[in-house]
Amino acid sequence: MIQELAEQIAREKIRPVRAQLDEAEEFPTEILKILAQSDLFGVCIPEEYGGLGGGILENCLAVEQLARACIGVATSFAASGLGAYPILLYGSEAQKAAYLPDIAAGKRLAAFAVTESGAGSDVTAIRTTAVKDGDFYVLNGTKQWITNGGEADIYTVLAVTDKTKGPRGASFFIVEKGDPGFSFGKKEKKLGIRASATRELVFQDCRIPADRLIAREGMGFVIAMKTFDKSRPGIGALGVGLAQGALDIAVEYARKRIQFGKPIITFQAIQHKLADMAIKTEAARALIYAAARHLDTDPPDAGKVAAMCKVFASDTAMEVATEAVQVLGGYGYMRDYPVEKMFRDAKILQIYEGTNEIQRNIIGQELNKEYGRMKDTFF
Amino acid sequence: MKIVVCIKQVPDAKNVRIDPHTHTLVRQGVESIINPFDLFAVEAALRLKDRHGAHVTVMTMGPPQAEEALRDVLSRGVDDAVLLSDRAFAGADTWATATALAAAIRKLGEVSLIFCGKQAIDGDTAQVGPELATLLDIPYATFVKQVELEDEGHLRVVRKTDEGTEVWRLPLPALVTVLRDVGDPRLPSVKHKMRAKKAAVPVWSAADVGLPEDRVGLKGSFTQVVRVFSPPKRADRWMLEGPVADQVEKLYQYLKEAKVPGL
Repeated sequence: MIQELAEQIAREKIRPVRAQLDEAEEFPTEILKILAQSDLFGVCIPEEYGGLGGGILENCLAVEQLARACIGVATSFAASGLGAYPILLYGSEAQKAAYLPDIAAGKRLAAFAVTESGAGSDVTAIRTTAVKDGDFYVLNGTKQWITNGGEADIYTVLAVTDKTKGPRGASFFIVEKGDPGFSFGKKEKKLGIRASATRELVFQDCRIPADRLIAREGMGFVIAMKTFDKSRPGIGALGVGLAQGALDIAVEYARKRIQFGKPIITFQAIQHKLADMAIKTEAARALIYAAARHLDTDPPDAGKVAAMCKVFASDTAMEVATEAVQVLGGYGYMRDYPVEKMFRDAKILQIYEGTNEIQRNIIGQELNKEYGRMKDTFF
Repeated sequence: MKIVVCIKQVPDAKNVRIDPHTHTLVRQGVESIINPFDLFAVEAALRLKDRHGAHVTVMTMGPPQAEEALRDVLSRGVDDAVLLSDRAFAGADTWATATALAAAIRKLGEVSLIFCGKQAIDGDTAQVGPELATLLDIPYATFVKQVELEDEGHLRVVRKTDEGTEVWRLPLPALVTVLRDVGDPRLPSVKHKMRAKKAAVPVWSAADVGLPEDRVGLKGSFTQVVRVFSPPKRADRWMLEGPVADQVEKLYQYLKEAKVPGL
């Protein structure tokens, strides 16, 4: 039902406007309203907070369909869920009651703020600070490349509360648009996903009530990692959706395009390309669905499996989009055909929410630990 | 406020074929959709509900499979649905259809407002709405592009006519047939979809709405379709060529010779 509705919204509401949103670098406010009306923002928020009570699988099913039309729009949608996860996973009862119903209803968008100019893959290098002052925390620093920055109303922000403790000295805070000392930098100009908004968040003596701290001081990195375990399969689903969207266009085009007197799909050079694209897309989808079901049981190897989803499906999306452009040839390179945009969009999937290099590190380190614990030998 | 929206299932125009021998629509195997104008009627009702609060009931007369259309509309936020289905209803013309709908609406009790689409895209008659209002003895406005609740007892509607627009104040209860200008039909929501799946859709027969069989269906119809045909194509087409000024002159002379009034 969720998948069916997301597909309908993608087909009827997103596909007709995606080129225009991309060209104008316009935030998809109207489409997000439609998504809000459809209840989809509540897909993985519990029913007691007005959500649909789904898990990672339901989120992936929705996101995949939206991404089939446009991952710029789908990213704006998914980033709200990402921003909500720290509250959902570690928030107090009062925090959940205050924020989750609005996020589930799509009334307020959320955003997740970790990255800084000097801290991307190396999350421990963040320099934004939060200093306790009576019943308040005072935040100072600048977050960079924050998806939904400026558009969202609720921000979950990682800041250092104790410099001396290294990775255990960071904490998550909820900052609201309009809090004193909280402002936005310029909107970034991007290669792809241009419908999504990416901005700097600037904190200058930003005072927020102390009860905006999520969980305890020092829990920041744990919260970030657990959030990524939940959200990374969703990035994989964006990749599957994009790959499927590119395959849809490539096959349809190859059936119609006549060269040497025949549709080009009758040539094996094209058939094999399309076959490989379809194989990879289906493999990525199978991985995402199986992994999402597994992750919904809160398994101990969540970090590794979530990273696998993200790496495999985003690499697939890039490969399939590249081949789709090739199948369309010169037309594929033109803005008049949607694969040009898909090709530009796909690249971000390999970069954001942890670069694919970092994902491979996670998988490698996890393998090392897993096998280190085993007493048996396989030789 | 209680609102009723009347809808119709029609064959999907994208896949319609005409039988070359009988010249009638081939309905077998053609997918049905909700008449597009009726979705605008649903949207108009839901917008009033959003603003002022209302109970919206959707109603259709049709074969048992029309229930699917009702569930689609329920999934967009309409409160409940009624299906009028009975063999006796078969072959109804617009009057017999309006008769059945009127009886069903009376059975619902006090209704303040009825919405219909401006016309159905299969029959294209645009008659059921006005006939329904006539049978219920309430005022109606057709081709409405804007609807507002003025006060408890009045509706302010903007009509689009060939001459321009007209603004009317309608006392309630009333019936309104709408154009696409009332606003894009909303899509379903997950929660409404779940509710729609489980919702009970009562099926009312002619007897249920208190109508004898000779007043509904083919027997209750004043009109019968004797023959359906495609109008013959007019072959005499004359292409004007050359510079625009010459073309205009040629056209002017032609119209003058044809004694077109005013030339």
